[in-house]
Amino acid sequence: MLTIKNLHASIEGTPILRGINLEVKAGEVHAIMGPNGSGKSTLASVLAGREEYEVTEGEVSFKGKDLLDLSPEDRAREGVFLAFQYPVEIPGVSSTNFLRTAVNQVREYRGEDPLDAVKFLTLMKEKMKLVEMDQKLLSRALNEGFSGGEKKRNEIFQMAMLAPTLSILDETDSGLDIDALRIVSNGVNQLKSKDNATIVVTHYQRLLDYIVPDFVHVLYKGQIVKSGTKELALELEEKGYDWIKDEVDSKATV
Amino acid sequence: MSTLIKQDILVELLANAGTGFEQVRVAGKEAFQAQGFPTNKSEEYKFTAITKKIEQRIQNFQLAGAFEVIAEQVKSNVFEGFEGDVLVFTNGHFQQALSSTVEGVEISPLSEKASTALGSIAKPEKDPFCALNQSSFDGGVFISVPKKAQIQKPILFLNFFKANAGQVIQPRTWIEAGDFAEVTFINHSVNLSDTSYFVNKVVEVKGGVNTQIRYYKLQNEGENAIEVSNIETDIQKDGRFTSVNISLSGEMVRNNLSINILGSNSEGNMYGLYLLDGKSHVDNHTNVDHTVPHCESNELYKGILAGSSRGVFNGKIFVRQDAQKTNAFQQNNNILLSEDAVVNTKPQLEIWADDVKCSHGCTTGQLDEEALFYLQARGIGKEQARGLLLYAVAGEVIEHITDESFRDYCIAQVQERLGSNF
Repeated sequence: MLTIKNLHASIEGTPILRGINLEVKAGEVHAIMGPNGSGKSTLASVLAGREEYEVTEGEVSFKGKDLLDLSPEDRAREGVFLAFQYPVEIPGVSSTNFLRTAVNQVREYRGEDPLDAVKFLTLMKEKMKLVEMDQKLLSRALNEGFSGGEKKRNEIFQMAMLAPTLSILDETDSGLDIDALRIVSNGVNQLKSKDNATIVVTHYQRLLDYIVPDFVHVLYKGQIVKSGTKELALELEEKGYDWIKDEVDSKATV
Repeated sequence: MSTLIKQDILVELLANAGTGFEQVRVAGKEAFQAQGFPTNKSEEYKFTAITKKIEQRIQNFQLAGAFEVIAEQVKSNVFEGFEGDVLVFTNGHFQQALSSTVEGVEISPLSEKASTALGSIAKPEKDPFCALNQSSFDGGVFISVPKKAQIQKPILFLNFFKANAGQVIQPRTWIEAGDFAEVTFINHSVNLSDTSYFVNKVVEVKGGVNTQIRYYKLQNEGENAIEVSNIETDIQKDGRFTSVNISLSGEMVRNNLSINILGSNSEGNMYGLYLLDGKSHVDNHTNVDHTVPHCESNELYKGILAGSSRGVFNGKIFVRQDAQKTNAFQQNNNILLSEDAVVNTKPQLEIWADDVKCSHGCTTGQLDEEALFYLQARGIGKEQARGLLLYAVAGEVIEHITDESFRDYCIAQVQERLGSNF
């Protein structure tokens, strides 16, 4: 589904990603871990098409298409979803209005008829249950005045509404208490299928108790320096990142 | 130094302004002569070189006078679904035959009986254009809403303007509402000529005890409009006055809006939106004067500026020593969409009372790129996402309009603008 080859990206001339290689197949869950500043969020942002980052080398293909060639909206319409680390508050834009516009633009791109108000509301009600969203939140402006947990739940709710094929969760767990974490993970797990894939970007192993990954990758200095199964995450939890840093840095000096 | 010779202008203007109102006009003339046209040194007109603009565009200084419109023109310029009453004006002159009668409201052309009232709220010595209007106003209307009258449907002032280049239009409006009266006015202007003329209007609104008055104004007269408008109101005990002003175009527009809070437990609200492109220049000067305790004022002005347009906002709030327990809030936010667009914003609070809650804030920035990306990342096209974000800014002002058909009309106008030029 997703193939990343030798991806290099920089921001304002500073290289952040220095040759990422990754293959994600349908039905898989990949966790990307790593110390602060290793490039985890950059990778998520580059895949979603954030303009501040400049891809300097490498390629990304998504379902056979050159992902890097697409605008952020077309990536979303093709089925890429980024759950933001910091969801944006947008005063004056109602949550419902925003979602309906998004859902229908995605449908239009895929050659489907737009949902009418009734069908849209039915879909919304169904998906709200998934993350235990309060209807009241949806009558407010998008994310405005939402608590941290509400914002993250809203991300997963939007994900459910848009039914992406590739979901990228950028530190969705950060700042969540255990109840919220359980609700969010539960939502993600219910949305998993053999046809879609999930990339979970996180600093902590805790989330992976709930969203169990098939593969764990460690990102350090803009490269994937180690890959393994969920046991690798547990090892990292126990020993921290220093041993990996040492391993990589000693290799570099040899 | 201005080259305009104020004496001559007044003589010209007065020559065809009609008779009557002698004392009022003399007072206006004296006040104008004392002030003269504002120069580039006038603090109040520092960012709006209106005198220069008048010198360039308004050469002959003749009053444009009334003209005829037909019922079809009236009909086609009323908003779809509008259910209220329509008052028709041509160059400020009330066209009674084409206007509705509003049940329970006295509406007539300005007559001598208003002569003692004119200038009692919008005092000529406070602003030269207010004085100029008082010296030589031409056409206007007198509206009296009786005590306890509940006028459910809004009253629409439909102003048709048609003038030769360089002519002047000077309407004058007097509105009074008795105790406990409730009424909504909508002011909408239609420009029938694309010449450059000068509209200098004054509206005085006298509220009673516990009156509820809403005054909405949409300015969309085109790129050649030069307009100065003075709207001033006195609010009494338990009263409320709400103004919504939307400016979408104008070569140079200056709005002076003043609310004098004279009775306790009353409220003044001012909402404004300016959505400008090209070379439009819109200046909003607002003034709230809290003179008594336990009152509230709310003010929100928002600007979206593209091209090489210019917006000016100056918001004065006075809280006098007696006006304890005042709540006064003011906010001005601007979005600049081009490098050549300019905003000058100046909040001005003068507070003499010591037990008050007052806040003010102003921001000027670009469209939030992070918000734009967020919407795009959900599959919303860039142009539409931009429109959605800009509309969100405008919507916070428009939502204060209570009449649905007028609100829908404003939304459509704003969306059209955001879709095409922004």
